[in-house]
Amino acid sequence: MQAFTKMTALAALLDRADVDTDAIIPKQFLKKIERTGFGVHLFHDWRYLDDSGTQPNPDFVLNSDRYTGAQILVTRDNFGCGSSREHAPWALLEYGFRAIIAPSFADIFYNNCFKNGILPVRLDATQIQRLFEEIQPNEGCQLTVDLEQQQVTTPQGHCFTFSVDPFARERLLQGLDDIGWTLQFKHQIVQFEGQYQNTAPWMFIQ
Amino acid sequence: MGKTMFEKIWDAHVVHEQDGNAILYIDRHLVHEVTSPQAFEGLRIAERPLRKPNATYAVPDHNVPTIDQDKPIQDPISAKQIETLRQNCKDFGVTLFDLGDIRQGIVHVVAPEQGLTLPGSTIVCGDSHTSTHGAFGALAFGIGTSEVEHVLATQTLQQQKAKSMLVQVDGPLSDQITPKDIVLAIIGKIGTSGGAGYVIEYAGEAIRDMSIEGRMTLCNMTIEAGARAGLIAPDEKTFTYLRDRPYTPKGELFEQAVGSWRLLASDPDAKFDTVVEFNTKDILPQVTWGTNPGMVTDINGKVPDPEKAENPKDQQAIKAALEYMGLIPNTPIQEIQIDRVFIGSCTNSRIEDLRAAAAVAKGQKVSTSVNAIVVPGSGQVKEQAEGEGLDIIFKEAGFEWREPGCSMCLAMNDDKLKPGERCASTSNRNFEGRQGKGGRTHLVSPEMAAVAAITGHFTDARSFEKH
Repeated sequence: MQAFTKMTALAALLDRADVDTDAIIPKQFLKKIERTGFGVHLFHDWRYLDDSGTQPNPDFVLNSDRYTGAQILVTRDNFGCGSSREHAPWALLEYGFRAIIAPSFADIFYNNCFKNGILPVRLDATQIQRLFEEIQPNEGCQLTVDLEQQQVTTPQGHCFTFSVDPFARERLLQGLDDIGWTLQFKHQIVQFEGQYQNTAPWMFIQ
Repeated sequence: MGKTMFEKIWDAHVVHEQDGNAILYIDRHLVHEVTSPQAFEGLRIAERPLRKPNATYAVPDHNVPTIDQDKPIQDPISAKQIETLRQNCKDFGVTLFDLGDIRQGIVHVVAPEQGLTLPGSTIVCGDSHTSTHGAFGALAFGIGTSEVEHVLATQTLQQQKAKSMLVQVDGPLSDQITPKDIVLAIIGKIGTSGGAGYVIEYAGEAIRDMSIEGRMTLCNMTIEAGARAGLIAPDEKTFTYLRDRPYTPKGELFEQAVGSWRLLASDPDAKFDTVVEFNTKDILPQVTWGTNPGMVTDINGKVPDPEKAENPKDQQAIKAALEYMGLIPNTPIQEIQIDRVFIGSCTNSRIEDLRAAAAVAKGQKVSTSVNAIVVPGSGQVKEQAEGEGLDIIFKEAGFEWREPGCSMCLAMNDDKLKPGERCASTSNRNFEGRQGKGGRTHLVSPEMAAVAAITGHFTDARSFEKH
């Protein structure tokens, strides 16, 4: 997993609440058995006029020239609601987004981001509104997202601090694999299992 | 101070805790074809074994066809995904309920049916509707593919403890409203992110009155309120349901388990972070009008008017939803005409759901303007329904009777809406494009879906004569 420390990059605005994972990556693209190849289908039904994805929809905000190369997405409440599909962060990452800033995220999606080197940043709704107001009229507006300092700063000098689970932060700063971390505690897992088999033997299928 | 049921299950499964992060032991891992291939591939690349094959059970459900399941799958990409699941199960020693096996079906219908779902257990699956299993007093939640791989490799998950919410549903459960109506009313009130960060425990007279299958419907849709999981304390109904299922403990061990399960209920003095109260007398049959499950009203309601919205944010959301749904503000719900009906999904495809829909359909005819399909949740549900003659009732009324799978709940197979088609659906999500690009979904109970199939528009199931 790619580490996330600090980045300054073009920010795109997606002014919608409750953006669900079906919108982020529609189900017809979930049949692949690889982790790659999803970026081209990101926001497919909004992004393209045709089913085969050859005609970009000029009305879809991320298709506008000003957002070409954006790596930070600023959006509204409950982003990533719906299914558990990790294809959603895979698609966002492959498209180029490394940070998503919103007032709230759906639980599973939020966790899935950290597993893939994407930083989901929660700011309160008024701070998000400030970002919208600053970015909207300023083409090329770049934000700085700093995980080390837990801050988002804007060209006009606004600086918003965000909170993040210290554990998830550390992992993302170093780009560490979760499984490797857990397996350090292999011995405890074996020990737990032994005790648990005594206290709840019915849970074990022979 | 007493403990909530959630705390009891949580505490019993913590292997290690550090800075508010726990390594949580997982009792059952359910696997399907869509969210698992990359996880198995990850194990291979890292040369890690599957830690506990006899805690891992797989079934293809998301993209299986619901016609001619005995023939080769036409879509080569779907076929490859299912073949990959077979190969992975073979390579890693995972039990697979494959196509053609009567135990195959929707993962959240199959696992309880097989007795894999037990009170007090932790259950995960790469599917958000894993919350279904909370109906038995199991802590069950959906995970992403990286976490699927983590569980395969370690039989644990890294988790932060959620907050607890009590949803109290008082008043009796009459035959006038269904568990689906109750859960839609709850989501309508607390919103699609109202449960974010919480595990919701349901309690109250209506919950105790509810059958196990009804409780599954309720817990299933808990994720639509944004909560991590739903929980209901196990009781005699739970134990009766579980006794003698293929994978439940047997004999003395079962009695010992029941003794322990009786202690799972939240203590009387347990404290919840939030409490929300409902009464069944305030709940009527529900119909969603928008593009998320919280956009819902009752059968006597109207399509909302964005001009009357409380704030600009709601106004914008209602406007966008109505535009997608092709609805005019203030239209009475009962005047909305439908083109399609889908009875199925992990929310409403169990035998009681099919019985309820069949009671409506018996002796009636599906409206000539409507195409209606019934997709049983599993091979066993299908067999039981056929044993009771429900398939005949449906077919005589003009419904199509299909083979088990997720089907038009998420339209990964051929069962999908065409652009602009309007569907009364017993499934769980009415997101844009969920049932097919441009398709318009209204979520309802099985009774309401069956009545709409016959009249061609939303109709109050309570006033419709049943047999």
